[in-house]
Amino acid sequence: MSNEKYDVNQMPEKSPLSFQIDLKKFEKATDDEKRQQDVMSESVSFFKDGMRKLMKNPLAVGSIIALLLIIVMIVVVPHIVPYGYSEIVSVNGKRDKEATNMAPFEYSEMEQAYIEEGGEVFPHIMGTDEMGRDYFVRVVYGTRVSLIVGVFAALLVVLIGVIYGSVAGYCGGKVDLVMMRIVDIIYSLPDMLMVVLLSVVLREVLDVSAFPVLKKIGVNMISLFLVFALLYWTGMARMVRGQVLSIKQNEYVLAAKVSGAKTGRIIRRHILPNTISVIIITAALQVPSAIFTESFLSFIGLGVQAPMPSLGSLANAARSGITQYPYKLLFPAIMICLITLACNLLGDGLRDAFDPKLRR
Amino acid sequence: MAKYITKRVFLAIATLFIVCGITFFAMNAIPGGPFDGEKAISPEVRRVLEERFNLDKPLPEQFVLYLNNLLHGDFGVSTKTGRDIKTTIFSSFAVSAKLGGMAVIVAVIFGIILGCIAALNRNKLADRLIIFLSTLFTSLPSFVFGTLLLLIFSTKLNLFQAWSADETNYVLPVIALSASPMAYITRLTKTSMLDALGQDYVRTARAKGVVQWKVIFKHTLRNALIPVITYVGPLTASILTGSLVIESIFSIGGLGSKFVSCITNRDYPMIMGTTIFLATLMITVNLLTDIVYKIVDPRIKLD
Repeated sequence: MSNEKYDVNQMPEKSPLSFQIDLKKFEKATDDEKRQQDVMSESVSFFKDGMRKLMKNPLAVGSIIALLLIIVMIVVVPHIVPYGYSEIVSVNGKRDKEATNMAPFEYSEMEQAYIEEGGEVFPHIMGTDEMGRDYFVRVVYGTRVSLIVGVFAALLVVLIGVIYGSVAGYCGGKVDLVMMRIVDIIYSLPDMLMVVLLSVVLREVLDVSAFPVLKKIGVNMISLFLVFALLYWTGMARMVRGQVLSIKQNEYVLAAKVSGAKTGRIIRRHILPNTISVIIITAALQVPSAIFTESFLSFIGLGVQAPMPSLGSLANAARSGITQYPYKLLFPAIMICLITLACNLLGDGLRDAFDPKLRR
Repeated sequence: MAKYITKRVFLAIATLFIVCGITFFAMNAIPGGPFDGEKAISPEVRRVLEERFNLDKPLPEQFVLYLNNLLHGDFGVSTKTGRDIKTTIFSSFAVSAKLGGMAVIVAVIFGIILGCIAALNRNKLADRLIIFLSTLFTSLPSFVFGTLLLLIFSTKLNLFQAWSADETNYVLPVIALSASPMAYITRLTKTSMLDALGQDYVRTARAKGVVQWKVIFKHTLRNALIPVITYVGPLTASILTGSLVIESIFSIGGLGSKFVSCITNRDYPMIMGTTIFLATLMITVNLLTDIVYKIVDPRIKLD
């Protein structure tokens, strides 16, 4: 706003009889003083406000940092450590038969001889396993596999649950009734038993030899994903349906409808963005549950295909030599614990930050 | 109320039917019959065997026959051991039920006590410690926890014998089995206690001068326990699936370790029988909890 326009000196002379305020008696406010009156805070969106609350929660920030560190580790470590996850330790091109079950940072005789000759051997940070494979690399790859299982399973759950729930919630009436009865039935299936049963069957029945990509992933992991896609989306679907049912009563949805928006557009543009916080929270809590399911299946021998490691299968394999090599159970157990703790705490933090019911 | 119960019973029956269907057709989708085993059988013997187990009939008819047998309490015969599945299930379930029952009692009692302590000392050291430990317990798979317990208490400290069958042997498996449900009950009790403590009637009671323990036991805990009651259904489910793992770690000959071994042996009729038996148990318990829940808490709307 330019000040010249309202310059007091250029105003018409005030008549002495007038009761109007004499502007000449007033001093102009300096820019500094004007700024003091500026009490309006910056406008914050729902998302920004939630993020700010999340960042104030030390547990949530800690778990974000922990998860980021784990992700950096599983990306970087395989490039640094010169061992493969299924590769038996070899010295100077020769297979080292003595290098089995070594303690952390221990070298075998062949390796020691090689070091004395002036060669370089990368230390076995967590020792080696019973077949002479570097354990650190196996734990890192196991973390990678477990995290991938967790994240993909969560994505599948989100995809199916969100589509199913939003359609049921938006359509309402008979469609909703039938769709929700189906969800009720799947929900009351004993999940672990069905997981076991389906994994037993799928790994026998599935034939993936025609698809090289799928073959590389392995039948076991695909059957794991299928099990998740078939059984675990019901919780998400219920949640999304409930949200959609309440959001669709809002005026802006009516306005969109009046202006001729199609159903798909209303769901995508108006309803889903408002349910996104609930979806993210549920998905974050789904990751550890998937990792747990995978480790449970590994325990009964239905997990990922050997030689590919997962945290569950590593922990399970470590049980046979537990009295001599307890650290072999400890490393994967700590990783599982870290990931699940971080995801659970992050999920709790997200709920505290974003759930409208908890806002004050 | 009657309408609600009928609806739930129908839903439970439908679920059971679907479980049976999935189990039956899934097991039949696996290539290879039960007699393609180690020894070659002559065609005549095979025909007699297939006739005995109704394998020569079309699949839908086999399913109807299987359902009919189930309703008459006949789970069939294990193809690996040749034993009657029903006898195996019932004898091993007795062991599992004992272990699981103890674990449920431990989990509920300690969970409620710890939850109350946490709620009454909100944001103090005790609360933070309890919540931290319960989060830790829920983030360890039960087989890891069980193995660690075994390592620490029987191998290193020699407090419990790991592989004997006397009564004290149940201590470690019960702890391992009840840890994660106990942690969950603790958190559940804490939240609902806090909720109940903030209610107007608690303030009124306090204003009237009711002593603290009476406020807790008569006014707060009663209402706070309702969510815990609903958890008993899922709790049995988690104890049952948890016992699959714990029983095979502690080598207890219960239904859980039988289930795991029949999976590794690919004993399909046994897998089917156990799945259906456990599923029936879980669905029934869930049904009962839901009905009890509605009876206990009259505020819940019946639909």
